[in-house]
Amino acid sequence: MALAKITQVTGRAVNVPGNDIDTDRIIPARFMKCVSFDGLGEFLFYDVRKNEDGSNKNHPLNEARFQGATVLLSGANFGCGSSREHAPQAIQKYGFRAVIAENFAEIFFGNSTTLGMPCVCATREDIAKIAAAVEANPQLEVVIDVAAQEVRFGGQTIKTTQRESARDALINGRWDSIGELLEGKDAVAALAKKLPYLAA
Amino acid sequence: MPKSLFQKVWDAHTVRQLANGQTQLLIGTHLIHEVTSPQAFGMLRDLNLKVAMPHRTFATVDHIVPTDQFAEPYSDPLAQAMIEAIRKNCQEFGITFFDRATGKQGVVHIVGPEQGITQPGTTIACGDSHTSTHGAFGAVAFGIGTTQIRDVLATQTMALGQLKVRRIEVNGKLHPGVYAKDVILHIIRTLGVNGGTGFAYEYAGDLFDRMSMEERMTVCNMSIEGGARVGYVNPDETTFAYLQGRPYSRKGAAWDAAVKSWKSFASDAGCHYDDVVKIDAASIEPTVTWGINPGQGLGVNECIPDPSKATSVDEKASIEEALAYMKFKPGAPIKGTKIDVAFLGSCTNGRLSDFQEVAKFIKGKKVAAGIKAIAVPGSQIVALQCAKLGIDKVLSEAGFEWREAGCSMCLAMNPDKLVGDQVSASSSNRNFKGRQGSPTGRTILMSPLMVAAAAITGTVSDAREVFAVNQN
Ligand code: SF4
Repeated sequence: MALAKITQVTGRAVNVPGNDIDTDRIIPARFMKCVSFDGLGEFLFYDVRKNEDGSNKNHPLNEARFQGATVLLSGANFGCGSSREHAPQAIQKYGFRAVIAENFAEIFFGNSTTLGMPCVCATREDIAKIAAAVEANPQLEVVIDVAAQEVRFGGQTIKTTQRESARDALINGRWDSIGELLEGKDAVAALAKKLPYLAA
Repeated sequence: MPKSLFQKVWDAHTVRQLANGQTQLLIGTHLIHEVTSPQAFGMLRDLNLKVAMPHRTFATVDHIVPTDQFAEPYSDPLAQAMIEAIRKNCQEFGITFFDRATGKQGVVHIVGPEQGITQPGTTIACGDSHTSTHGAFGAVAFGIGTTQIRDVLATQTMALGQLKVRRIEVNGKLHPGVYAKDVILHIIRTLGVNGGTGFAYEYAGDLFDRMSMEERMTVCNMSIEGGARVGYVNPDETTFAYLQGRPYSRKGAAWDAAVKSWKSFASDAGCHYDDVVKIDAASIEPTVTWGINPGQGLGVNECIPDPSKATSVDEKASIEEALAYMKFKPGAPIKGTKIDVAFLGSCTNGRLSDFQEVAKFIKGKKVAAGIKAIAVPGSQIVALQCAKLGIDKVLSEAGFEWREAGCSMCLAMNPDKLVGDQVSASSSNRNFKGRQGSPTGRTILMSPLMVAAAAITGTVSDAREVFAVNQN
């Protein structure tokens, strides 16, 4: 399985501020009644984006000027809560290609990386700089350079950090590990023999 | 070199290093449920792959099942489609499925231990963040996403980075009326909702030594609410006694060999910990949440925080956001807050001992007028145990609706939901915005006995006063 090498993500950005944005908020549980991930995008952030009658609330994702954004900005501990892959799937299916936040909850981070969606960390001040630039010009092109660990926008450059294993996996096209895991088949069988509880 | 349990289990299950520096880890036991697995089976089919070890894969159905009816088809066609999908997937790939008709169905984190599938020194994965529950047995248990479920189905392994280990040592005695739930709410409140990021939590100290397996499960269950992906207690005689004679436990000589091996996995004295935290059990009060994450907790006799007294901009913003959502007044006592719904159940507190404790104190009392109170056993076996002891009757007579097993109002993917901005006193593990089925619904987490006290008084109350716990 040849996977794309994700060295850069370029696109317009939208800021959804807040800390501890949990996976229930990203995709409310009632939309998880599905046997496929297709169609999850339209329910992204549903309860903070929509009123009960389906009309729009005041939310950055509802603003015309941010339509088509592919980079999501947010605060600390993004994606905390449940292990549901429905959360990164909803973000990706909505059209986002990368997330910049102060830091990420563990399982969300892993799930996103496996989907080839870079999650990079920046300081609060730097995220505020990107947010301000995007606010002033929603058409601004934001470049997340995964390889170089920086974000470039409107003549400014900020540093980002990312766990090395994830960065390596993204830029070398190894973000989906299934191929490599399957290659370990014989080693798995050998190890399994040493663990008595695995015997049928 | 002395090693921690985490390190020993990790080493024993390491297949090899991967190119990106992660470890290919063998997953001995894979548990699946209906919500996060169907897409993984879809991916498996797309790749034309089989399940590598169907005999180490176990399924149940918990999130979407209605608790007021047993008969299919369910009134919700989506729920029906999901139960049919897991049934079909298990049949096609030769996986044991604890379906409702087996009498062994329940919340996946209750079923695993109950069947003796959850064992010390093993690795466990499940597409559910509360998989940390199984750590109560000295297993290293990971909550995983759907793509990883695919990986485990296809290879019985997954790619993971090492975790650091923090030992959380709690010594001393809990006051009467203070429970395992209070201990973990206290720990999360103290260390923060993301204090555990990158860590496995080892719960140790004489408090945990004395805890029953059910209490240990309550604590390990909520490790993830403190940001720790894994939480565990070292296996001991309590663990072995619990497992002996369970359907999946070994018998005879194989049992003795298993116990010997399990003992060898316990953390060695003098092993390295990346961090150590010590807590005095006597300092823990019955704890309830007042906000929108499980770290926003208070002793029941404390007051709701005031954002003007916050020590940082962040803290101020998060208090304000929580107060706005909860519609609570800063500085007001949490005790006396009116509730609408009382929920007893979930993989945190839906086991026999939880209902037993409530039944012991609630006998002869009545749920306050206008309160909807539901009690949902975590598994069909828990339901049966309760029925044998007459616990279902005691709770029904007190005014609780006694239901069929499932996740129910813990996350409300079935018909049990809050309505509007109702306030729920809940024995579950998450108080996120909208968690219990209404986008404006409000959740206050607490121990089962505190839920019972809230049900009886109609307000958040100190169970020790309501039930005169000290004199019992
Ligand atoms: S009881 Fe709640 S937390 Fe536990 S598995 Fe079910 S939904 Fe998840």
